Amino acid sequence: MFCPARPAHDEQMFKRPYYIALAIVVLLILLVLNLPGRTTARLKTSLGSVFLPLFGMAGSTQQVAARAGDNLLPKSELIKANEALRRQNEQLRLQVAQTSHLAGENERFRQLLGWQKQSRWNVKLARVILRDPANWWRTVQIDLGSRNGLSNNLPVLSPDGFLIGRVSSVSLTKSQVVLIGDPNCKVPALVENEARNQGIISGGGPLDSSFVNLTKLASNANVKPGQRVVTSQLSAIYPPGILIGLIADNARPVESVPISEADVKLAANLSSLEEVWVLFP
Amino acid sequence: MIILPNILILLTALLVVFFQGAFEGIRNLLGAQVDLLPALMVYAALTSGPVMMLTLAVFSGLMFDSLSVNPLGISVLPLLLIGFLLQLRRDLLLRDQIYAQFTLGLIASALAPVMTILTLLTLEQSPLLGWASLWQWIVMSIGGGVATPIFFLMFDRLNHALGYQPVIESSFRADREIRRGRN
Repeated sequence: MFCPARPAHDEQMFKRPYYIALAIVVLLILLVLNLPGRTTARLKTSLGSVFLPLFGMAGSTQQVAARAGDNLLPKSELIKANEALRRQNEQLRLQVAQTSHLAGENERFRQLLGWQKQSRWNVKLARVILRDPANWWRTVQIDLGSRNGLSNNLPVLSPDGFLIGRVSSVSLTKSQVVLIGDPNCKVPALVENEARNQGIISGGGPLDSSFVNLTKLASNANVKPGQRVVTSQLSAIYPPGILIGLIADNARPVESVPISEADVKLAANLSSLEEVWVLFP
Repeated sequence: MIILPNILILLTALLVVFFQGAFEGIRNLLGAQVDLLPALMVYAALTSGPVMMLTLAVFSGLMFDSLSVNPLGISVLPLLLIGFLLQLRRDLLLRDQIYAQFTLGLIASALAPVMTILTLLTLEQSPLLGWASLWQWIVMSIGGGVATPIFFLMFDRLNHALGYQPVIESSFRADREIRRGRN
């Protein structure tokens, strides 16, 4: 791998100005690293705009591929799929009529009992355009930004309605969503068992994105595999009752502290997200 | 400073960062996304001057961080160090040999994430780490090692295709022709 010859011109490669330039660059980077968060976010947004043409190209390529796929589908299959969707639509309409009746009833009971009125959440569909290129973060970028009304800390759900994370930063045209399992996404959770044990969903493993850790459970928590874990009403960010996942094993005590923890298998598949719902209050 | 090869390197850096974020195939298959920037830095450090090395480290590092949750600028420092060390000793390296390119790419790709993680921990960030991170580190190192000779091959071909072709001089010279026969 090494050869003994050392040409004279290569010795001249690093002259004094280059060392000075190197030192200046290092100092500038250290300065950037210590900038306030808001300034860094703006700088990131400006730098990220370099990728806009590539996002556009990737999006149009996907559209072309999807159209080509649609054109290849035989008419009989399309008619069959249309029929199935029509039936599903009728069923869903019936369910909506029933639930709106129940919601009205619930609202009247709340008024009678003098409970606080629950605000309804609106949803917006967003497309996942990018995943964090670094392996040590679990975030995605979506194609909705502040111009679509997004702001920080809005809950994000999978297409099936399972919790996947929250909006962590917003630019004009896109937003970053920090997913469950990332150390920066902690979710107050409730186990749907008799004791209604409360805990906090914290980070998961770096390799398997389908399991996360439910920690800060009571030391005597009777948590068993298969029990549902949903968002707790103690959270200021997430509306209560959204399914996070199922308990994967029995609760185990944590050394030196009087709490226990358990693994949770997430209901949403985080590794194949293409579209997500953003909840608006 | 030769402009075209350097523009090609920067353009490749931009595409590499975008592809690492946009395409999930390797991550879904192996559990880790391969970082190709250290491999590209090996190529740039061994074939270009210090100005290009500095430009690539700053440009690609900032681009990478702009798409990531990483603090802005954190990816620049490892790339800068890799480029600097390689350029200091580049006259001693057999840069044309594939095994040397692979080894350098492997070492650079192993060094870069370790340095980034250490810097993140120094800045009191909490990246997602565990025993499985070792597997990710191995995948990143080998992936970078494999990518380095490919970068060398690709840029050699591109430079050959887009650069000026060397003029092949004939050994024939009319003024030194020996004419035989009677005049």
